[in-house]
Amino acid sequence: MNLWDFPVYLLQHKLQSGEISSVEIVRAFRERISQVEGKVKAFITLDEEGALREAARVDQEGGYTGLAGIPYGLKDLICTRGMKTTCASRMLEDFIPVYDAFVVAKLRETRALLMGKTNLDEFAMGSSTEQSAFFPTRNPWALDRVPGGSSGGSAAAVSAREVPFCLGTDTGGSIRQPAAYCGVVGLKPTYGRVSRRGVVPYASSLDQVGVLAQNVRDCALVFSIIAGHDPGDTTCVNVPVPDFVSALDEGVKGIKIAYPREYFALGVDEEIKAAVMKSLKKLEELGAIVEEVSLPHSEYALPAYYLLAPAEASANLARFDGVRYGYRDLEADNVIDMFAQTRGTAFGAEVKRRIMLGTYALSSGYYDAYYLKALKVRRLISSDFDKVFASYDLIVTPTTPTPPFIIGAHVEDPITLYMNDILTVPVNMAGLPAMSIPCGLTRGLPLGMQIIAKPFAESLIMQAAYAFEQNTEYHSMKPELEV
Amino acid sequence: MVLNIKEVEHVAGLARLTLKPEEKKEMVARLSSILNYVDKLNELDTDKVEPLTHILPVNNVFREDKTEPGMDRELLMSSTDMKEDGQYKVPKIM
Amino acid sequence: MGHEYETVIGLEVHVELHTKSKIFCACPNEFGAEPNTHVCPICAGFPGMLPVLNKEAVELSIKAGLALNCHIAEVCKFDRKNYFYPDLPKAYQISQFAMPICQQGYLEIDVDGAPKRIGIHRAHMEEDAGKLIHQGAITETLYTLVDLNRSGVPLLEIVSEPDMRSAEEARDYLEKLRAVLLFAGVSDCKMEEGSLRCDANVSIRPLGEKKLGTRTEIKNLNSFRSLERAIEYEVNRQKERLEDGGTIIQETLTWDEEKQVTRSLRSKEEAHDYRYFPDPDLVPIHISRDWVEALRRNLPEMPDQARERLMKEQGLPAYDAAIISLSPDYLAFFDACAARYSNAKVVSNWMMVELNRLLNLHNMNISECKINSNDFILMLNYIDNGTISGKMAKNVFEEMFATGSSPDKIIQEKGMVQISDEKALLQLVRKVLEENPEVVRDYKNGKEKALGFLVGQIMKVTKGQANPGLVNKILKETLTEE
Ligand SMILES: [Mg+2]
Ligand SMILES: [Zn+2]
Repeated sequence: MNLWDFPVYLLQHKLQSGEISSVEIVRAFRERISQVEGKVKAFITLDEEGALREAARVDQEGGYTGLAGIPYGLKDLICTRGMKTTCASRMLEDFIPVYDAFVVAKLRETRALLMGKTNLDEFAMGSSTEQSAFFPTRNPWALDRVPGGSSGGSAAAVSAREVPFCLGTDTGGSIRQPAAYCGVVGLKPTYGRVSRRGVVPYASSLDQVGVLAQNVRDCALVFSIIAGHDPGDTTCVNVPVPDFVSALDEGVKGIKIAYPREYFALGVDEEIKAAVMKSLKKLEELGAIVEEVSLPHSEYALPAYYLLAPAEASANLARFDGVRYGYRDLEADNVIDMFAQTRGTAFGAEVKRRIMLGTYALSSGYYDAYYLKALKVRRLISSDFDKVFASYDLIVTPTTPTPPFIIGAHVEDPITLYMNDILTVPVNMAGLPAMSIPCGLTRGLPLGMQIIAKPFAESLIMQAAYAFEQNTEYHSMKPELEV
Repeated sequence: MVLNIKEVEHVAGLARLTLKPEEKKEMVARLSSILNYVDKLNELDTDKVEPLTHILPVNNVFREDKTEPGMDRELLMSSTDMKEDGQYKVPKIM
Repeated sequence: MGHEYETVIGLEVHVELHTKSKIFCACPNEFGAEPNTHVCPICAGFPGMLPVLNKEAVELSIKAGLALNCHIAEVCKFDRKNYFYPDLPKAYQISQFAMPICQQGYLEIDVDGAPKRIGIHRAHMEEDAGKLIHQGAITETLYTLVDLNRSGVPLLEIVSEPDMRSAEEARDYLEKLRAVLLFAGVSDCKMEEGSLRCDANVSIRPLGEKKLGTRTEIKNLNSFRSLERAIEYEVNRQKERLEDGGTIIQETLTWDEEKQVTRSLRSKEEAHDYRYFPDPDLVPIHISRDWVEALRRNLPEMPDQARERLMKEQGLPAYDAAIISLSPDYLAFFDACAARYSNAKVVSNWMMVELNRLLNLHNMNISECKINSNDFILMLNYIDNGTISGKMAKNVFEEMFATGSSPDKIIQEKGMVQISDEKALLQLVRKVLEENPEVVRDYKNGKEKALGFLVGQIMKVTKGQANPGLVNKILKETLTEE
């Protein structure tokens, strides 16, 4: 086994036992990146030399606590002081923040090593990473397929073993869907569990930073570092952060798991349904109580999401006006034209589409019919979950309705593309934590199972996911990238 | 089509987006199809439903009224070349 | 022939809240710094930056609401007001649209000696924008510079009901509003620094008509005088227009200070569509009644209470009491003096006449005045015991105002002590009478004016230092004796 193949917890172990140094780890990953990155194209910016320098310092300091000496990648809309943060947009092609995101500061504090910034759909608007202004990322399992999105670069980088973990963001499924497509574990925490400060927002009421890793234990390790209160984000809640790692071993005995019938309709592939049902059987064998339930408003989550998220985005992306940072059109001779031409030129098609949609949904005469209506539907969706969680601990569903599709297949058809998020979006609408873990393969492509819990019950999700992982082999499957 | 080209132009104006003629046409088609899709929400009677604006049951998060000096101006303004005398420079307003 | 019209005015007033830091970040809330030095990535609207609400801004807003007799919301929220402008870094202003912090209050002003209530429709919190510096006139400039020091300064926007019926009422309302906010410690209300800004909505309607006429909005009136003049101008313009058979169009106007006219900025047709929606970055504010009551208890005396007190306890006339209670500093000065002086009316007279004259002359605020209440009382005492005359006192007062010296020092240095020694004065009187036998004769023949001449002669000889009352008395006595 190569060093780059090791998960976080084993690298940590080897560092602590003095078997290897951090510099050796970074060198191994640098080597791996040089072999596969040309095919996968997961990174927008790479800084192996910077990581190497940091690694040398960590080795010198010793004491490999936390994630010290472990390399990682960051979705390129998480701000890094001194390192380009592009959001995969021409708008921010040369933007170098003068601040770190809160989560980046946390990772620096634990002395993890930033290897680079991963690709995404421009401003996180997409489900395939084809909407990056720079290049599409490819699925390591099948290079002609998408890795999912918008955290596609992060999922692909972990899947291709270019870094042992990445941070991504999830607004409507942007961590879980690419995790499912790339056969890795992806955790979307409770809304309010992780600070959003320094993370370029898509839809502020839905966005959440989370982890992509090879397995549940790694996820728990990284999550322990980034979770917790930030007084600089008023939507980041001051609640205790439990010890996620030591809770892993508690198993699923007696845990009540619901599976909503609507999530096994909604145009979900038969293979996926079968794989998840088989996984549910497994959980039952391990002692969980598994029952069918209904989340009746599920099918309305996606249309409501496609009003709320663009509405928020239309305001969030308004600040890109060319004045203080980012691209500026220099032809315009007055400021109104400068704004419009800057934005018209530097935003990509999907971003413009969503800004237009959101602006329309908020505009005079349409607010009630679109935006307000969607807020009301959001209430219905959230109450559906409340009702189920009154009697159950977890909800299990497929993560995506289909396996990863061929690059370019849905470019002309946004709605079919949007449908990819149909099983993940309701979770964001309700602000719940959820995780996608590998649960099978179909025609050589990975499939994901989604585990959802009550607010702030990430520990229970990981406990169940870990039990499943310990008793199955899906998580150890990896793509065979020819080198 | 739910939207016509005039409405697209109006919305693009509000959003300060210059669109090329072919982009406008595409916008008419795509936005219309999305708006048709979201019309599905009208199947639901939501008259008595309270809109959900904040998902967290949290309120009153404040900071104390304490000051910190502003960021070093050179650093703050290092993200643009369009500046003069410590101020951002923009084309004329009218 | 001309109709009778009624004027209808409502004011929208923005005041900067007197906090140390900005509303959503820790940058100093301070006027007059070098451009862009009180700025951080939050108030400059950098990507990913988030607002955190300053608690003091909320408390000051509640205090203002209480002082304006408003209902304080139990729950309020922030919304985003979307529009593009180079001084607005996020391209939305964080403001309160649907759920403002204060609603349904009122202020009382005096109209023809009777109190009149002007309704406060609402007051809401919001952040200020930055400042644009046009290189030359806004219409001719080639480019514009942006300073974000003011971006994120906390504002309270106070919207009145359209309850005012004349420019004078509008002015009185604004003065009263300013007084209330000053007393409550909510804002320093410096119009010249922009910490109090006023827009006026003006319409007219035929007398007796219930429906409101089409209104125009005059922006950025930055003094009491321009408020009054702009409204007067605008009311006349509207009247003339209607008399000429025209109609009023709803538009936004600006007051041209130089030409003393209102000019159109934009008409309703191009009005904004602000697309307000709840700001997801800020959680709601729940204001418990305990919180409100605690703030109410700490509220200092308000102008109306002060006025009552001055009338009741100090016996001041209503007019004096109203003027003195327009500013807390002014009132504090009065109180400090009146506490150690028996005649409050004398204090009030001096303040309203001499002190005000000098303050206006030098365009100063009483807080910048160098005279302290001790010295002021000392001066009054010197008048009372005859050391100086009332006329001399005015000179002493001017000197005190200019230098801050004590009256003792000024009187001594300038040799201004009044001559009240009766023996010395008697000698002077005799001498003057001897030198002016014709005048004495005139007086004795019934020419009252002659006495004035004689007093004047004595004042001349003493360089004005003779106690005029005493001189008068001694003169009369001596003349009758002879
Ligand atoms: Mg306002
Ligand atoms: Zn600031």
